[in-house]
Amino acid sequence: MTKPSFPAPERICVPCRLAAIGAVVLAMAGGFAYVAGWLTPQRLTTHRIINAFEADNGSHPGFRRNHAKGVCVSGYFDSNGKAAALSTAGVFAPGLTPVIGRFAIPGGNPSAPDTSVPIRSLALLFTQHDGEQWRTGMNSVPVFPVHTPEQFYQQLVAAKPDPATGKPDPAALKAFYAANPETHPFLAWVKGHAPSSSFANGSYYSVNAFRFVDAQGEGHAVRWAMVPETPFAPVTDEQNSEKNFLQADLAARLQAGPLRWHLIVTQAAPGDPTDDATLQWPDGRQQIDAGTLVIEHETSQDDGPCRDVNFDPTVLPAGIRTSNDPLLAARSAAYSVSYNRRTREEALDPNLHRLQPNGDRP
Amino acid sequence: MKPTYAHFSPLQRLLHWTMALLILTMLFVGVGMVATLSHAHDTLIAIHRPLGIAILLLVLLRIGLRLRRGSPPLPNDMPTLQRTVARLSHLVLYALMLAMPLIGWSMLSAEGYPVTMFGGVHLPAIMPHDIRLFALLRALHTYLALLLFVTVLGHLAAALFHGLIRRDGVFSSMARGARRA
Repeated sequence: MTKPSFPAPERICVPCRLAAIGAVVLAMAGGFAYVAGWLTPQRLTTHRIINAFEADNGSHPGFRRNHAKGVCVSGYFDSNGKAAALSTAGVFAPGLTPVIGRFAIPGGNPSAPDTSVPIRSLALLFTQHDGEQWRTGMNSVPVFPVHTPEQFYQQLVAAKPDPATGKPDPAALKAFYAANPETHPFLAWVKGHAPSSSFANGSYYSVNAFRFVDAQGEGHAVRWAMVPETPFAPVTDEQNSEKNFLQADLAARLQAGPLRWHLIVTQAAPGDPTDDATLQWPDGRQQIDAGTLVIEHETSQDDGPCRDVNFDPTVLPAGIRTSNDPLLAARSAAYSVSYNRRTREEALDPNLHRLQPNGDRP
Repeated sequence: MKPTYAHFSPLQRLLHWTMALLILTMLFVGVGMVATLSHAHDTLIAIHRPLGIAILLLVLLRIGLRLRRGSPPLPNDMPTLQRTVARLSHLVLYALMLAMPLIGWSMLSAEGYPVTMFGGVHLPAIMPHDIRLFALLRALHTYLALLLFVTVLGHLAAALFHGLIRRDGVFSSMARGARRA
């Protein structure tokens, strides 16, 4: 049999070939849908994490899904050059770097009382002279309650308010803590440390480990903390009876002059875990005082410079890298969804952050 | 009048197949990185930005080539509707290949986010820091990516239809060069 030079159309199986084309297209569409997570609704995605925040805290359009209540601040970082041996980042060269930031409390409700949580947070955005940015979000507790994004999600589910009481079911949270012993160092720390009386006298910790990279390309596992010059004082009974003492206190202190913290960089010893934010490194690790954070001004987060900033802790200048901590990528991915949602809400309703004459939010 | 060729030039074919691979990679990287909470998120983001800029540069070169050399004519026996769909879908593909990287770059600029290529190398912002603009561009980036993926699938199905069923030389005009007699 000789091959015809022009294949006659009836020689080919048209339905077979159409089916083959269909199979190729379906396989590609299916692969795309799988990667997007559309075929596996039980898989934990960025959207499910943020949905869980919304389920726990209710709808607060235009606000961050976590650490919703806060205040913008600005100032500068005065580097003394001591950390430059560990990291080539411009921020550690001697000199000043402008900083904007945000003090906040955890939780997704922007009207929550300051006493609702024993934790405060400080997020910062350093803009280096070469245009590179360093963004960090720090907490007043040096360890995180959970090790993995999955545990974090389970904790959110356990903290979901009971529709009958409007409050989380203490038994569900207790069961979660019992089932996840990684939470115990965090719980012990909170139990042993009273909350600060002010944003100004709290220490703020990077929680996750990072890697500083020096001029030789050598990596150094580090954590950092902002340690206040203002002496620590625990929250008072009088403050506990007020709803919003933290912002008023900060404003009053800044009226009197700038507030200062020291950036303390702690280097890991070989063998210290860098992938587990629930574990503190032992005492006695080498520490460097890298310079002074000077906070000069505070502004409302309704129109302050921090409002439109996503304090994504993986935005790092050359000279600082993420560690292998699984929470860092998850924070970056989830913050991005929170930011996309709140900016969309702002775009759709320009009056969102304008207070009504009676002081209420629209 | 421009001379007509039965096949795309070797450079056009090289660009087409290279970009086909890059764009498919980009679409899967994009849809994966916004969903995953794993370490892959950081890696995929780090790939997405420089790959997008690479596609932007390649598509500029490709548009120039297409304007200079044109494309092989479609077979005479193709129905008018098919010809119209073919022309329109190629316009959509070119428009999206150009628009997607520019929207991505603009979107990061409007967010005030660094447009990191690699190490300390950044691109400048091409839009002011404005979250309303960001919200619009961010939504566009998603919806146009989905449109691009659907158009790519249609393009693939049509190419296979030409190659396997019509067997009219349209597929081979991009798959190989002219055979010497």
